[in-house]
Amino acid sequence: MEGVMSHESDLNLKATELRLGLPGTEESTAKNNKRASPELVDDGELFKLESDAKAGDRETAPASKAQIVGWPPVRSYWKNNVHPKKTEAETGNYVKVSMDGAPYLRKIDLKIYMGYSELFKALENMFKLTIGEYSEREGYKGSDYAPAYEDKDGDLMLVGDVPWEMFMSSCKRLRIMKGSEATGLGCGA
Amino acid sequence: MAYSFPEEVLEYVFAFLSSDKDRNAVSLVCKSWYEIERWCRRRIFIGNCYAVSPQIVIRRFPKVRAVKIKGKPHFADFNLVPEGWGAYLYPWISAMARSYPWLEEIKLKRMVVTDESLELISKSFKNFKVLVLSSCEGFTTDGLASIAANCRNLRELDLRESEVEDLSGHWLSHFPDNFTSLVSLNMSCLGSEVSFSALERLVSRCPNLKTLRLNRAVPVEKLPSLLRRAPQLVEFGTGAYSAEIQTDIFSNLVEAFSGCKHLKSLSGFWDVVPAYLPAMYNVCSRITSLNLSYATVQSPDLVELISQCPNLKCLWVLDYIEDAGLKALSSYCKDLQELRVFPSDPYGAEPNVSLTEQGLVTVSAGCPKLQSVLYFCRQMSNAALIAIARNRPNFIRFRLCIIEPQAPDYLTLEPLDTGFGAIVENCKELRRLSLSGLLTDRVFEYIGTHAKKLEMLSIAFAGDSDLGLHHVLSGCESLRKLEIRDCPFGHKALLANAAKLETMRSLWMSSCSVSYGACKLLGQKMPRLNVEVIDERGSPNSRPETCPVEKLYVYRTVAGPRVDKPDFVWTMDEDAALRLS
Repeated sequence: MEGVMSHESDLNLKATELRLGLPGTEESTAKNNKRASPELVDDGELFKLESDAKAGDRETAPASKAQIVGWPPVRSYWKNNVHPKKTEAETGNYVKVSMDGAPYLRKIDLKIYMGYSELFKALENMFKLTIGEYSEREGYKGSDYAPAYEDKDGDLMLVGDVPWEMFMSSCKRLRIMKGSEATGLGCGA
Repeated sequence: MAYSFPEEVLEYVFAFLSSDKDRNAVSLVCKSWYEIERWCRRRIFIGNCYAVSPQIVIRRFPKVRAVKIKGKPHFADFNLVPEGWGAYLYPWISAMARSYPWLEEIKLKRMVVTDESLELISKSFKNFKVLVLSSCEGFTTDGLASIAANCRNLRELDLRESEVEDLSGHWLSHFPDNFTSLVSLNMSCLGSEVSFSALERLVSRCPNLKTLRLNRAVPVEKLPSLLRRAPQLVEFGTGAYSAEIQTDIFSNLVEAFSGCKHLKSLSGFWDVVPAYLPAMYNVCSRITSLNLSYATVQSPDLVELISQCPNLKCLWVLDYIEDAGLKALSSYCKDLQELRVFPSDPYGAEPNVSLTEQGLVTVSAGCPKLQSVLYFCRQMSNAALIAIARNRPNFIRFRLCIIEPQAPDYLTLEPLDTGFGAIVENCKELRRLSLSGLLTDRVFEYIGTHAKKLEMLSIAFAGDSDLGLHHVLSGCESLRKLEIRDCPFGHKALLANAAKLETMRSLWMSSCSVSYGACKLLGQKMPRLNVEVIDERGSPNSRPETCPVEKLYVYRTVAGPRVDKPDFVWTMDEDAALRLS
């Protein structure tokens, strides 16, 4: 029977270890070099654990770990749900920014700002305006402009009331309001 | 003497038979019993949608009220079945819409469901009550909107782990204002936010709501409002369980949870902030089922939570629990029956947590009722497996995944044959087994010799030769499902045990060594099997007959070769099969 492992003899597993690498390469090459769809050999002998299967018989493969399709057997549905933060980090959190009176809107990625002050600096640069001092009681003093945003429920909210992280996740779009409308938002109702 | 029971009496008696096995046995007694039984069978289970056709089912069982259908093979979960392979629901719905106007329940697993199908369901069955879509795909939230809008008597809508194209959360608002019959809603797989006020109103007006599994988009501060409206809940799944630490959110949660005196099962916990876990402590003493498989929380916090749950029967958790946490589990939760430990970093080369074989050994020793295990780890030894087998002879399901393929016993560097051998030898009631690690033909000898109750076996990167496969096919008397990937099995064992395949539901072999010629031979030899060759490299006729096929799926069927095959699937000896049917 081809390919039977003989247990009685001393198992020199190093010699039979499946490695895709040049002969003589050391342990430091990545252990798992299986390719996504193994090249099928004519007589079907895919995995020989006999002692004559040398590393040199195989093609070289990149040193980095090649992932096997469907291994380990975790569902992609589950994978995406446990660590989706990764994909968020890749795509960014872009929101539209409109300014009253401006002919077209802009888009910014909220993820690149560490907090409100950085955001305001960026907005001030982008629209050539000043935003003013934030205070809980009076909103934005010292300027004609106040930054507002539309949250998940569709309500227009003054920027700055909630912690930055909470703002980032609930902000759907930004609106820079001007004039009397703007001051109206800030006054105690 | 023509003496017989009146039909009505027999029908009345048969109504007490709920198991399919019993009903099938009854049908074989005589022609009249067959007739009576088929007219009163209300529930149908179809384990492979291609084993039978809708027409055949409807012809035999004209008065069915509940169907359960499974589609793609299990390895589809791990992307081994190419997109477009099949398992379409629509032909079933279109046939049942005509013949089963009183259909109440549809439960599906791994099927392709379209919005069109969902709409047809919602409009064809006036008394429709239960829709469970487990690991399904192909539909959008528009399909859900049809169900919500039209199924006036809906009780259950469970989308567990389906892949839904989430166009918006608006579908939930389609439940009419006078809709009050909901008992179970599982929307945990959806991404979009639903209108929270619509959700609140829905929960308020459904007094029989027992199961509510929210999706990630529902923030923790909104939970109290829902819990207060549904204190009768038995199963609850949170959304994202994180927020800025605010005392009023916390105290609201505590109060709301305390009001739920019937909670038995908790799940959800995405993005969990550990400080919010204690909000649930008041209900933990009644909790029997806890799904923490999304909770990226460290071991000490997990242990604190688990220590509050002495009645825990089922725990799903990430390997953050570590050996130390499993030790705590084994001392606090003596009623534990099922444990699943998932890998937090499945593709990392190095272990990121201190979870080893020791955790499983400890739990098997400390939890006398443990019968079902799914365990991902990075090292295993024969000694540990032997200890586990001796501790827990009552295992029914044992699924071990050692993350590195062909990893040997880390202590002795030997194959893990004797370890798994001990499992099958000691656990005489074992029904499901998944193998991993370095394994030779010997493990299959053990399995063929001892695993007489084994119904499902999963093999990957194991064995040396056809002898291994032969041991399994010839020895495992109860085998129904066999799935194999990346093993050096050719055609010899398959052809020698071809008849066995008719006693099984299905066989899957991918990246093995079964030649095209052998597949053709098997197809010719066994007309009542569909021998499907799945090969994305183009027609196998363009390659030599000795060339191994990429994937092979063999299943018994009374429906003949299927008519909805994509261009990368060939049914062997289709012509002969058609002639014979």
